[in-house]
Amino acid sequence: MATDLLLTVSIQGVVQQVVFGLATGGLYASLALALVLIYRAMETLNFAQGEMATFTTFIAWSLLTYLRLPYWLVFPVTVALAVVGGVLVERVIIRPVERAPVITLVLVTIGLFAIFNGLSGLIWGYVVRPFPSPLPTSPVQVGGVGLSYQDLGLIGVSTAVLVLIWLFFARTRIGLMMRSAALYPQTSRLLGVRVGWMLALGWGLAAGVGAVSGMLVAPITVLDPNMMQSVLLYAFTAAVLGGIDSPVGAVVGGLVVGVLLALVGTYIPHAEDLRLAFGFIVILAVLVFKPGGLFGHVHVERV
Amino acid sequence: MTADRSLAGWAAGGFMLLVVILGPLVVLGKFQSLEFTYVWAFAISIVGLNLLTGYCGQISLGNSAFMAVGGYCTALLATKLGWSPLATIPVAAALSTIGGILLGIPALKLRGLYLGLATFALALCVPSVIRHFDTLTGGSQGIFISGAGKDPFGLVAAGQLTAEQWLYYLSLLLLVLFFLFSRALLRSDVGRAFRSIRDGETVAVAYGVNLTYYKTLAFAISALFAGVAGSLDAMATSYVGPDSFDVTIALALLVGAAVGGLGTQAGPIVGALFTVWAPFYAQQVYKGRPDIVFGVLLIVIMYVMPQGAVGGFYRLMGYRRRLRDRVLAAPAAAPIGRAAAPAEEDP
Amino acid sequence: MALLELDNVTASYGSVEVLHGVSLAVDEGSVVAMLGANGAGKSTTLRAISGMVKVSGGIRFGGRSIAGLAPEDVARKRIAHVPEGRGMLAQLTVIENLQMGACLRRDGDGVKHDLERVFGYFPWMPQRAAQTAGLLSGGEQQMLAIARALMMRPRLLLLDEPSLGLAPTVVRSIFEIIGRINREEGVTILLVEQNARIALRAAARAYVLEVGEIAVSGSGRDLARNESVRRSYLGY
Repeated sequence: MATDLLLTVSIQGVVQQVVFGLATGGLYASLALALVLIYRAMETLNFAQGEMATFTTFIAWSLLTYLRLPYWLVFPVTVALAVVGGVLVERVIIRPVERAPVITLVLVTIGLFAIFNGLSGLIWGYVVRPFPSPLPTSPVQVGGVGLSYQDLGLIGVSTAVLVLIWLFFARTRIGLMMRSAALYPQTSRLLGVRVGWMLALGWGLAAGVGAVSGMLVAPITVLDPNMMQSVLLYAFTAAVLGGIDSPVGAVVGGLVVGVLLALVGTYIPHAEDLRLAFGFIVILAVLVFKPGGLFGHVHVERV
Repeated sequence: MTADRSLAGWAAGGFMLLVVILGPLVVLGKFQSLEFTYVWAFAISIVGLNLLTGYCGQISLGNSAFMAVGGYCTALLATKLGWSPLATIPVAAALSTIGGILLGIPALKLRGLYLGLATFALALCVPSVIRHFDTLTGGSQGIFISGAGKDPFGLVAAGQLTAEQWLYYLSLLLLVLFFLFSRALLRSDVGRAFRSIRDGETVAVAYGVNLTYYKTLAFAISALFAGVAGSLDAMATSYVGPDSFDVTIALALLVGAAVGGLGTQAGPIVGALFTVWAPFYAQQVYKGRPDIVFGVLLIVIMYVMPQGAVGGFYRLMGYRRRLRDRVLAAPAAAPIGRAAAPAEEDP
Repeated sequence: MALLELDNVTASYGSVEVLHGVSLAVDEGSVVAMLGANGAGKSTTLRAISGMVKVSGGIRFGGRSIAGLAPEDVARKRIAHVPEGRGMLAQLTVIENLQMGACLRRDGDGVKHDLERVFGYFPWMPQRAAQTAGLLSGGEQQMLAIARALMMRPRLLLLDEPSLGLAPTVVRSIFEIIGRINREEGVTILLVEQNARIALRAAARAYVLEVGEIAVSGSGRDLARNESVRRSYLGY
């Protein structure tokens, strides 16, 4: 038995799985980043992040299918629409309860979860659809490891998104204003920052990043209203593992989760269906033993 | 004045009681009896959730997992070992209670948002875990329970009661029992301990409340209720499958609890009625899923009436006494999670 | 003409009234001090001006009413408020704090120019530009707060207890800078202080607050010379 295992495990194979895990990890990292963005802005988790991403992906599908727009146009248009949508959701739905207790905010985002899931189902139905991939799935050998163009594209786009977001916050004026508004709202107001709109913009950005994540996921699985639920779980795992207020943590966490899931899925027999449970266990373990995760700071609870 | 009110209250209550008891015999058809069975079963689960979240302040989005334990327990014992469905209920209750304790232990260290997150993750992974252990659970096929509506007294077999009527009365009876139990619990020291934990853990500890014991107890009891509810649900449907207890159920539980009113005692009943019947209205209006209605209503209630329908009603009628159990009040009284405004601008 | 006028302003925290009809005027280009014991309502007066508390009564800036404006709108009128405790954006760097001061401005060249001037007042800043603001000493933080306010190119500077928690030498140099800013930039300054002695030296005019009302007012020099005022209200 042990020899069987040894025979199936080769360095090549492991590297292959690790690289594949990094590719899917980029997906989780993107959605995890969206979660972290909103957490940093208002210390709450948007449970609806995945469903909002699904909704925007459906919009992309409609643009591709009914308007027959080319993919290179649909991608940025969808992201832009998502950003606007995120701003609207914050201004209209979240704003009245911005300062409400945690349970209220949790329930409101859960309400959003239900609404977006229902809307996706209502407008587009529960028929499972394929989503076109802009890149061919034909394999490419990179240093002895087999990848598809799609995997490369995944890694590339995820990296690009993460770098862009980092640049936005670290190097632009608005990014600085948003950071300031999230950390020090009162002083920022004295400096002229419209804190409420910064929050809305945070939601917009998170929605935009989520939209990217959705459009990356859809070609791999199928497009249906429940598409992002497992991705959401893994994104939560990534965010918690990396530190729920740390963007760097979201990225690292996402990659780690991606690699671990790939390895578990391949080398532990019949463990496919247990991967979600694995995510749950990791979340529970990290929150219990090291709530700050790898890079985050523990929130000091004031009762 | 008060005497008149309570007289009217008693009369109304008595009338409703009569309707509820005689309903399936006189008025309700098979289908409607079954629907109400779902209502009663779901209400049991919501009463349990209300104890945990509304009175003890622990946000749990994962009680659907314990319903799954109960449902599958009943299904397996009834089909593989030929047990009478009624006899499976205590086992379902025991197993789900154990599950609740198991969750309660790590949950001790989690609060507010993080507890919600962890339990949400639990709810999300239930269907896939069920699918994984397919030799036991029948995987994606699920388990069909024949004879789910048979009572151990032979009344159904003898044609004196229909299966639907039996299940209706069984669920109703169990709901009444669990409701009374919950009521007694809340009036006891345990109830006081729960409320003190909800209103401020640090203060509770200062008053000598054993957090570990009471929190674990709250999780265990709510899991017990959920397990029984899942068991009844399985009987009513005559089927369990991996998606029978998915995240939609977890959502529905939460919506039901919030809509009815967290921290009120009558809330769960109202919430259960809403949760089971709303999909039908949604069908007529949208020909779609009830999710949108649930979601919109949940949000609206959070804005307007965070105390839920029953809590709002109490406020309207001036029942101040009941409003001590507000969970979702204005930020100044917020006990769960971010109690104070976040500390900022500390140089 | 007075740049800033307060006309019978009352302010409350919730149901507790803290200012009971305060009236004062600050002439353009002058330094005015508000003195008084702890809890007299000095900080509240500044907060009333910058819109952080609810007020009734008249507040006019440059002839136009600003009462009831939100803080971010008051800032847009080029009123810079350095709050009690300095309001450091502690997790941001020194340069980022300065950039936040200029966050409303669209004139890139003007901002560069002002940055140069600010570095002129505080020559230690360029080398420490990348340092996290929270790691600076108290005096350095106070200077950074003032520098950040200057980056707004304010017409009116509200300073809340600039000497708080600082050693006497540091306080002296800060007040020197305050004086220079007023003279060289022409910035009107309204400052709140517990250290009455040094404030009166810097201010052309002073108001003494006691329990939410103006008790005494006069020129800085007159108040400093008046022994009974000093003993009764100013503690020295």
